[in-house]
Amino acid sequence: MIQFEYVKPSTQKAAVNAVAKNANAQFIAGGTNLVDLMKRGVTAPQKLVDINGLPLKEIKKTPGHLYIGALALNSVVAGNNLVLQHQPLLAQALASGASPQLRNMATVGGNIMQRTRCSYFYDTVLPCNKREPGTGCSAIEGYNRMHAIFGSSLSCIAVHPSDMCVALATLEAVVMVSGPGGDRRIPFADFHRLPGETPHIDNNLQKGELIVAIEIPDNNLAKNIHYLKVRDRASYAFALVSVAAALQINNGTIEKARLAMGGVAHKPWRLFEAEKMLVGKEATMEHFKAAATLAMTGAKAFEHNTFKLKMAPNSIMEALRVAAGLEV
Amino acid sequence: MDHLIFPTNENELAYESRRDFLKQSTMLTALVLTPAAILKAGENDENIASALEKLPLTLEVNGITHKLAVEPRVTLLDLLREQLHLTGTKKGCDHGQCGACTVHVNGARINSCLTLAIMQNGQKITTIEGLARGEQLHPMQEAFIKHDGFQCGYCTPGQIMSAVACINEGHANNRDEVREFMSGNICRCGAYPNIVDAILEVKQGGKKI
Ligand SMILES: Cc1cc2nc3c(=O)[nH]c(=O)nc-3n(C[C@H](O)[C@H](O)[C@H](O)COP(=O)(O)OP(=O)(O)OC[C@H]3O[C@@H](n4cnc5c(N)ncnc54)[C@H](O)[C@@H]3O)c2cc1C
Ligand code: SF4
Ligand code: FES
Ligand code: FES
Repeated sequence: MIQFEYVKPSTQKAAVNAVAKNANAQFIAGGTNLVDLMKRGVTAPQKLVDINGLPLKEIKKTPGHLYIGALALNSVVAGNNLVLQHQPLLAQALASGASPQLRNMATVGGNIMQRTRCSYFYDTVLPCNKREPGTGCSAIEGYNRMHAIFGSSLSCIAVHPSDMCVALATLEAVVMVSGPGGDRRIPFADFHRLPGETPHIDNNLQKGELIVAIEIPDNNLAKNIHYLKVRDRASYAFALVSVAAALQINNGTIEKARLAMGGVAHKPWRLFEAEKMLVGKEATMEHFKAAATLAMTGAKAFEHNTFKLKMAPNSIMEALRVAAGLEV
Repeated sequence: MDHLIFPTNENELAYESRRDFLKQSTMLTALVLTPAAILKAGENDENIASALEKLPLTLEVNGITHKLAVEPRVTLLDLLREQLHLTGTKKGCDHGQCGACTVHVNGARINSCLTLAIMQNGQKITTIEGLARGEQLHPMQEAFIKHDGFQCGYCTPGQIMSAVACINEGHANNRDEVREFMSGNICRCGAYPNIVDAILEVKQGGKKI
């Protein structure tokens, strides 16, 4: 790891300024992604701004929302009573990620900002448009088993690796940020980006902007929910495909449906069309199958990930089945 | 035999050239990036020296307070092993993927390879060396021995630190739960069933650990 400067500001303003004013400065929270990337030379900030001195750990219920501070640990959020009571889907998704040790370090803000696990992105010897714009994408013609089936471009076919973010997409969370130009609120669907021609830009956060918290609007989606994660081993592995499903069912009829997938795109992949289709329908496997089929419109696989074209719709159906409480 | 030797040589060649390339590129990085880093730091910040300076750090490790100086880039794992010579904590992958480096910070288990030592300033660290009371082994250490919870032993310090935390967190109520909550510790020797036995026995013993 190359040398860098380290500062630990005690105010939000000082932290924002420290990153806004230095082109090569970065925030560090749990360090579980950034320290790894720095050890491998994928990224080499000249200054680290440790935000752990800021009071951003709070989890509270406010009128209309559940508020979770950016520094709340993944393990703490997963076990928090307010989260379990109001947004258990988020707790499920968090508990399925990484390992107990990593969840004790990883923060909500860092989880949102974590970078792709594309192995070529990590291998500094090989071309990668995300790491070094303009060098090419080694995955398109390479080993692309983990890669995207939706929304990819000729520049990048990587996926966003987070589980938590898939649940936050389903729950329509809002990311609250504070930057040199003031505060703003970014709806989750607008936070992460598709790769397009600029795969080096993962999301719409601007230089110096700090994630302060997330807010999840009250939604009546605590009962019929399920986070399904399909992976190579039973635990401690990234998703091949994951689905966050939330339904509101009244007398067998679906009144509200929310769905998002992980492991399939450069951002948490919300299934808007399938959601629309389900509203007003009976919660049956037949309708879930139709929704899954609709959700796969436009999917495009590469040499080693064609299995996802089957795994994804099956996972959608299974997540909906469990969420609705239907027998196999 | 020629046909056997040839591919081996080719593999070695490929390996060598990649290694040379890696070496060269590391050297280049060192040459190009370090001075630039200093220059840049000079442009943007008043304090140019701090980029390379050691920072003061106070850590309580296994009950003993240490006043230290570290470069910001030193991980907690490297500090424990190389500066404090507490080599019980192991480096397996150095990337958060194996759990061999598990220690407790204020009682919570973390991977010491993915945190910078300086980020733990003022915290209480417990390593595998801090579990026994003199000659008296910790109940988890005794249970690992009794149940053969290891073969080569390399993952064992991390397994034991994780196991103690697993019980204290309340995540050791049955076999499946132990397996899930011990999944952050990989054992290449596959001692898993015996590790689970050891943890369940300590849990059922009900002693405060
Ligand atoms: C072996 C391994 C397995 C894993 N498995 C999974 C998994 O199965 N599922 C999953 O979802 N994740 C997994 N992860 C990823 C893990 O969840 C992330 O590394 C973690 O959430 C990052 O959080 P952090 O606080 O450690 O971030 P850091 O490493 O500190 O920071 C990551 C990035 O976020 C930025 N950042 C941090 N906080 C803020 C903020 N408040 N505002 C703006 N920017 C900020 C930093 O500048 C940095 O660029 C795994 C990681 C490892 C190492
Ligand atoms: S898929 Fe994206 S991250 Fe992976 S090599 Fe291609 S450009 Fe890089
Ligand atoms: S050495 Fe830290 S997890 Fe492997
Ligand atoms: S005992 Fe050998 S790796 Fe676990």
